[in-house]
Amino acid sequence: MKGFSALLLATCCTAMMAQAQAADLPTSVGKGEGDLNVVAWEGYADDVWVKPFEQQSGCKVHRKYVGSSDEMVALTRMGGGKGFDVVSASGDAALRLIFGKNVQPVNISLIPAYGDLMPELKEPSFNTVKGVHYGISYEWGPNVLMWNTKTITTAPTSWSVIYDKAHAGVITVPDNPIQIADAALYLSHTKPELGITDPYELTQPQMDAVVSLLKEQRPLVKKYWALASDEVDLFKSGDAQVGAAWPYQANTLRAANVPVQDTIPTEGATGWADTWMISTHAEHPNCAYLWINHVMTPKVQAQQALSFGETPANTKACAEMDTMQPGSCKQYHADASAAYFSTIKFWKTPVKQCGNGQNNCLDYAAWQRAWQQVKQ
Amino acid sequence: MTGGRKLLGHAALLLPPFGWLTVFYLGSLFALLLSAFWQVDSMSGEILHEWTLDNFRILVTDSTYRVIAERTIGIAVLVTITDIILAWPLAYVIARKVGPRMKLVLLVLVALPLWSSMLARIYSWRLILGHDGVLNWFLRTAGLPEQSFAFTNVALWIVFTYLWLPFMLMPLVSALERIPASLPDAAGDMGATPFQTFRTVIFPLAIPGMAAGSVFTFAVTLGEYVTPMLVGGAGSEFIGNVVYSNVGVSGNIPFAAAYSMILLVVVAAYMLLARQFGAFDGA
Repeated sequence: MKGFSALLLATCCTAMMAQAQAADLPTSVGKGEGDLNVVAWEGYADDVWVKPFEQQSGCKVHRKYVGSSDEMVALTRMGGGKGFDVVSASGDAALRLIFGKNVQPVNISLIPAYGDLMPELKEPSFNTVKGVHYGISYEWGPNVLMWNTKTITTAPTSWSVIYDKAHAGVITVPDNPIQIADAALYLSHTKPELGITDPYELTQPQMDAVVSLLKEQRPLVKKYWALASDEVDLFKSGDAQVGAAWPYQANTLRAANVPVQDTIPTEGATGWADTWMISTHAEHPNCAYLWINHVMTPKVQAQQALSFGETPANTKACAEMDTMQPGSCKQYHADASAAYFSTIKFWKTPVKQCGNGQNNCLDYAAWQRAWQQVKQ
Repeated sequence: MTGGRKLLGHAALLLPPFGWLTVFYLGSLFALLLSAFWQVDSMSGEILHEWTLDNFRILVTDSTYRVIAERTIGIAVLVTITDIILAWPLAYVIARKVGPRMKLVLLVLVALPLWSSMLARIYSWRLILGHDGVLNWFLRTAGLPEQSFAFTNVALWIVFTYLWLPFMLMPLVSALERIPASLPDAAGDMGATPFQTFRTVIFPLAIPGMAAGSVFTFAVTLGEYVTPMLVGGAGSEFIGNVVYSNVGVSGNIPFAAAYSMILLVVVAAYMLLARQFGAFDGA
């Protein structure tokens, strides 16, 4: 009986909430307000597509770049979230922004490119809650293994190299609690007895095992990189020769003639999928919609994918990519099958509630403390 | 009657500075202390204004934060001692061995790095200490074994020592200048060897200068977080880095406030100690 009334209450309130939000949605995109404050990953608001946008829309773009999801969440919350209009949040930040009421629902019917999105990214659980869309999936990609081919001549195929004493002192991994998931993914293959099924859902004993692996790794690590440019510097100077990276660093280094190669090892990889979201307190909502419509066009999707080394969410970007750089659609997996997509474990916010209905998983605050313990 | 009016006048004169001190300085310290007893909702990231000792409990029970505090204090002490040793010869020459013109030139040279950005100076050490850096190029050319100081605590020690050396040098120079020439002369007349003169006359009289300099080198190193971020490696976290990642990165201001209390306590204790050695006497 008690359970039933709770259910009833939950249903009625959810329905009311959805209704209230539906009523708040804008019904059309008006004229731009002249300015747009963007919080984004490094390389996400490039002049190549920002300049044409500014000319077309009259919205002057003001950019703030961040190096981690935590920083992104912190920055968007500063001053009560009044300082920004749009943010390119990854899956581990998106839910925190939604539950923190920092972002507003979007009207997908005002974004024509929505119809061309990959089916998997139309309403993924990290940006769509109870049928309400809090943003539009933008681009995605894996966290790859990268190495210097001059010093490591046999191509590694397993994440084991970044836990291997043979590479002591030349390893670099991201300075980010979500790095715990990479180690958990590796352990799910090497120590199946731990029973790790999802690298973002860890119980205390599983976390203890991951932390002890990462503590063994610490003396081997040259530096934990905080910004993508940090890792580029480390590989350029020769201080690091192998590590976890984004395809962005690999592309940047190759462009600078540093001999690096990157791969998704046999264990698979963690990955990110980003969403453009609009601030609850956006002062320039029209410019925000204009911006999202601009960056979701196949051309910008392709430009972004090629410059950052990632995969567009818009399926029509494939053809654009091949026009710009023949063969790139396949190379960057813009024609990815559902099977490929499913090999990547996408970032999501760790919460107490495990996928199996149990309530004994560790939340994000516990992850942060664990990461601090690892770094000491 | 006039006495009472005079007192009132004094009070009126003192009110603005005291008010300023109370509101801006003590007020912000109080806010810091207060927020250390709050917590953050782990999902939404909002600060919950509910009293809790959780932050302090974590600090005491989790050895991570003890290790980081020990490292911070340890390196700060090491840097202070190194700077005292490095500052002595140069300070002695500037204060007692050269003419006024040369003294000015040397003092300007010492202060010169302070005119550039600290960030640029730290980054330049990355170029010096890096694997393919200036130091290794030099060692290779000289036929010596290469080193790998980059991104280690040794790099931190070197860079901090370099950054704060002028702050040790200046007070030491002024302390040495103040020693009247008649004192060492008298010691010499009494038959003291130069070393005895140094040990029993000059060094003791320079202690307030060293104490004043050490307040800079110690307290400033203690609160630093940029240098560990740029030249430190795995296992180079400072108290400041934990505070930074809790405030700037994850928005956990209460925990950062609780941890920064350690800085406050250690610096206050050090100031009291330095006062015993006359650090604030000359002011």
